[in-house]
Amino acid sequence: MDETGVGLWGVPLAILAGAVRVSTPFIFVSLGETITERSGRINLGLEGTLVFGAMTAYAVAVISGSPWLGVLAAMCTGAVFGLVHGWICKWPKVNDIAIGIALMQFGLGLAFFLGKPYIQPAAPRLPSIPFGAWSQVPQIEAALNINVLFLIGAVLAAVLWWAFRNTRIGIVLRVVGDSTDAARAMGIDPDRVRLLATAVGGSLAAIGGAYLSLYYPGSWNEGISSGQGLMAVALVIFARWNPIGCFLAALLFGGAGALGPALQSVGVSQGYYLFYATPYVLTLIILIATSSPTRALAGAPGALSLTK
Amino acid sequence: MTVDANIPAIITPDKFSMLDAVREWAARRAEPIVISVGAVVIGLGLFCLFILAVGKSPVMLFQLMYTGGFGSWFSLQNSLSRAAPLLLTALCVALPARLGLVIIGGEGAVVLGGVAAAAAALPIVGILPPLVVFAAMGIAAMTAGGAWIGLAGFLRHKRGVNETISSLLLAYIAIALMNQFVEGLLRDPASLNKPSTRPLPPDYMLGNIPGMDVHLGLVIGIVACLCTWILIEATSYGFAARIAGGNVRAAQIQGLPVGRLIVGFTAIAGAFAGLAGMIEVAAVQGSANASLAAGYGYTGILVAFLARHDPLAIIPVAILLGGIDASGGLIQRRMGLPDATVLVMQGTLFVVILFCETFYGRFKVFNPDLWKRTA
Repeated sequence: MDETGVGLWGVPLAILAGAVRVSTPFIFVSLGETITERSGRINLGLEGTLVFGAMTAYAVAVISGSPWLGVLAAMCTGAVFGLVHGWICKWPKVNDIAIGIALMQFGLGLAFFLGKPYIQPAAPRLPSIPFGAWSQVPQIEAALNINVLFLIGAVLAAVLWWAFRNTRIGIVLRVVGDSTDAARAMGIDPDRVRLLATAVGGSLAAIGGAYLSLYYPGSWNEGISSGQGLMAVALVIFARWNPIGCFLAALLFGGAGALGPALQSVGVSQGYYLFYATPYVLTLIILIATSSPTRALAGAPGALSLTK
Repeated sequence: MTVDANIPAIITPDKFSMLDAVREWAARRAEPIVISVGAVVIGLGLFCLFILAVGKSPVMLFQLMYTGGFGSWFSLQNSLSRAAPLLLTALCVALPARLGLVIIGGEGAVVLGGVAAAAAALPIVGILPPLVVFAAMGIAAMTAGGAWIGLAGFLRHKRGVNETISSLLLAYIAIALMNQFVEGLLRDPASLNKPSTRPLPPDYMLGNIPGMDVHLGLVIGIVACLCTWILIEATSYGFAARIAGGNVRAAQIQGLPVGRLIVGFTAIAGAFAGLAGMIEVAAVQGSANASLAAGYGYTGILVAFLARHDPLAIIPVAILLGGIDASGGLIQRRMGLPDATVLVMQGTLFVVILFCETFYGRFKVFNPDLWKRTA
């Protein structure tokens, strides 16, 4: 074994480390989108929400000196974006997919506009827990240096999975998502449930953004998100609207994204750029494999326009 | 007479007159125009509030926007040049929309179209005359773009894969492919900081419209819009597509070839977006490089929705947005506003215009069916 560390074992290790590091935004955005889609609506605007959340978190952290205040502020703006989406979409003849794209553009524009002054200053970072302190190998140490938000995301996925099945709120959400009429018959106001679900979804997506700007890559600039918010929509389908599935799918995406850099670090540079496409190709293949022209996707909320 | 709200009133022969017919026609025609213009006014109003909130003058902003986009012959030509790719990427959204499909991955077809055009041109440039090279570039770009978006249509029809998501995934895959080609196989060793394919010699660049400083891409875009309009409005394919877009089941019962329509329309749509990539290579950049992914595909979505997927309406809307884009630099220099100002404005307009869809059919003035009910 060479002295720099772990040799070829570096590849799986780097993929694992990459999965943990890169997956956190995916976890939060996809959990948020799951809540929204379970209520029967789709929010494609989460990309804008994520980037706006990243900007807000960074700006507030720079001003206040506290990264957690930044996360909180991002959550608030994310909820506002969700409320706007939810309110607009409750009107008849309004297409939720198109409104999502519009709000994405608006969110990106606003984030770039207001975030211009924050490209230079450095914000305090979110803390991480060194689970790898026992190891002498720097790569293992680095790989096990896990951010608090990742852990929160993992716990949140489990809690949501439980809540969808066992709580009143979870069941109301699913009823609304499966049939607007059934919900009305039960005396539930579907518009209000969807409004709140979209707001919660937005605030979770904004946490994903906060992670990007406050931890990894850890700075605010206009290219901070490479489509994580949009990918979340595909990821949720991939995960069959199941929170635990979202968590695992996010890890898989993170790992797939880390494949290129990991291989390059051991000298495989052929087709380097193609590796960036891995998560997208993977999602597409799984979508093709699991879709059917005759029936809706298994597990899909009945009122979701996407799967009709 | 009591009228069931669900049954539209029928024009009875004794009440029918030429004047009524004209009034009805005018009312139905006026609705989209009034609502669209109203939406733009509301959107701009909200944007004014935003500009006031950041302490700048909206009056000055709009003046600069006019000056920078349309105020002089020079700026108008600049706007028209920028409108050219938008015409084509908007068609990439508008054409499938006839079938009820929401395609948002036009960017992927633009990028691949550009790469394919460059790849087709490189071996024959300097050997064959420019016209042949242009034809080869156009065919390659349209094939690549058409295959890309057509694939989304094919997956939709064969496997029921949602076309919005698949076209988006395909766009990301296309950008990765472009980077691989431009950095690897097709890279010009002389391009150091900005990896590109070998540049086209000047006499192999797509020239300007005679007498103007606007490249021929504008003509291609406008012709494409006219062709699409004819396809949709005057052929049985367009009519069949409208039926399939309204109700797939009904279309299938009528024996319409829904699958062929979906794949065909998405492929044509993609071919247009691919052509936008070829124009970017042959008329603007001179080579394929990362600038191909400049967001024309995404602005095209906005143009198509603003134009309510009407190929003729796309022409003025694309020129308008091209002008707004063109004025961005001037606003940045004169008012010290970030270049994202234009994005904020586009986003605001987009949201408001889509929201205003809800007003269709609500105003009595525009709805002849409601006149008769109260009469």
